[in-house]
Amino acid sequence: MAEVLVVTSGKGGVGKTTSTAALGAALAQAGQNVVVVDFDVGLRNLDLVMGAERRVVYDLINVANGDVKLQQALIRDKRIDTLYLLAASQTRDKDALSEEGVRRCINELRARFDWVICDSPAGIERGAQLAMRFADLAVVVSNPEVSSVRDSDRIIGLLDSKTMKAASGERMEKLLLLTRYDKIRAGRGDMLSIDDVLEILSIPLLGIIPESEEVLRASNLGAPVTIANAQSAPARAYMDAAKRLQGESVPMTIPSGRQTLLTRLFGRRAA
Amino acid sequence: MTIATRPPRHSFRFRGRNFLALVLRPALPISGWLGELDDWLNRSPGFFTGKPLILDLAGVGLERADIVGLIGELKTRTIRIMGIEGVEASVLDDTLPPLLTGGRTLGAVEVAEAVSPPPAAAAAASDQVSTSDSTLPPVTIPGTESNRPNKAPTASAITPLPAQARQVASLLIETPVRSGQAVINTDGDVIVLGSVASGAEIIAAGSIHVYGTLRGRALAGVYGSETARVFCRRFEAELIAIGGHFKVTEEIDPQLRQKPVQAWVTGDELKIASLEQTDKETATWRKSS
Repeated sequence: MAEVLVVTSGKGGVGKTTSTAALGAALAQAGQNVVVVDFDVGLRNLDLVMGAERRVVYDLINVANGDVKLQQALIRDKRIDTLYLLAASQTRDKDALSEEGVRRCINELRARFDWVICDSPAGIERGAQLAMRFADLAVVVSNPEVSSVRDSDRIIGLLDSKTMKAASGERMEKLLLLTRYDKIRAGRGDMLSIDDVLEILSIPLLGIIPESEEVLRASNLGAPVTIANAQSAPARAYMDAAKRLQGESVPMTIPSGRQTLLTRLFGRRAA
Repeated sequence: MTIATRPPRHSFRFRGRNFLALVLRPALPISGWLGELDDWLNRSPGFFTGKPLILDLAGVGLERADIVGLIGELKTRTIRIMGIEGVEASVLDDTLPPLLTGGRTLGAVEVAEAVSPPPAAAAAASDQVSTSDSTLPPVTIPGTESNRPNKAPTASAITPLPAQARQVASLLIETPVRSGQAVINTDGDVIVLGSVASGAEIIAAGSIHVYGTLRGRALAGVYGSETARVFCRRFEAELIAIGGHFKVTEEIDPQLRQKPVQAWVTGDELKIASLEQTDKETATWRKSS
């Protein structure tokens, strides 16, 4: 039975697209059949992070409107056989998506894949609501910072009222993915602590992704961070999160990068 | 000393009493409206059973014969009308329900399905509470789901809380109240077991009790009740109001942050104090309150 997962946050720039790509790739690396779907119509990014921007012919809107078959729009990843991308349209806007079209498209994807991962646009408007509408499970991405946490809280409220699951009286499962976590700054008290965030949002923790330049490097390379540098701290954190999604129990740790003399000195001085 | 010798007589006293009634406001054409009503009844069979119903005919301008026909149609759907509003008195006679005037609208209400939805939806209920032209906030019923298009036939309806809830007017929310959500109880207290997020709002005619952290806004005694209070286990509120007196974070002693506190009105002032302190100095605050 396929699991439809929405990656959402409310606030922009917290790491939804990065997390979609990294979780999708990590699940596919574990042998699962995965499709990542970009719902950010008009501002698509997932194709760039996946390194498939030159291969996009048809997109989500074409499929949702029934212009083309799903098969024609799916882009297979060149590195991992079981990873596919369904891109968003860059030239249309979010009104071009109909709820019925999205429902049909998600149902088709459900039949083909183990995991359907929907990358939600920022905001709480129609686009974000369509991305979450048919999901079974939500990954709420948040930075340890007050505005991001408040927006995540707002999104959790929407997940509890606007999704099909909520409308049919079921409980919508929500998991927190804390991204851009910086141990040193948290230690100094510049950021909200993990406990603070968990206390405010009161949903289970899926993983903590450390702040790392590897993430930026990977997206510039056009590869999910779990593929670009599987040994890096964020990649290991995403892989742990992917294992938790598959039901494995993995102890919650915050992986750190290999410490060079320079970072050690730097870290000590900063602390 | 005189002893009353008159035989005991039953005193003949009248009492006024307020009840909440549901108002049905048909729209033209009546046949189309009845169709919508049928759809609604299919989804919520038995919704009107045992509920007091008023028919508001203002704006539809029906003749007497049409009114008789409409009431007949409603009767076939087992909907009984206890009064009619918004027509000339001369139109109605003894065979029709009595004319009512002077009704006060409580607000547009998102009516819950007759089947009882899960309580988990309660907090989500008022995410999109719609307010009518009235000045009072709408009643939020536990289990109402804002995304159901079920307002159709009762566009300006007032509904009483479900029979059980009417006796216990407090509203219990077992989930956290998320940013952007509003929980409103125009009949009594609101009790929240979880936290109230920054950007969320609790509005109650009575007191507000929050067993988690209160980070949002709490407005108690919104109809002017100054005996209402606000209690919370951990205080980080953006705004506290009781019966029109209010304080925002800036005006509140920072010492109280993250403490269990209560807020009440004494004289013309809204006071906020730590509950721990209250415990130790019960005598002093009793004097002042």
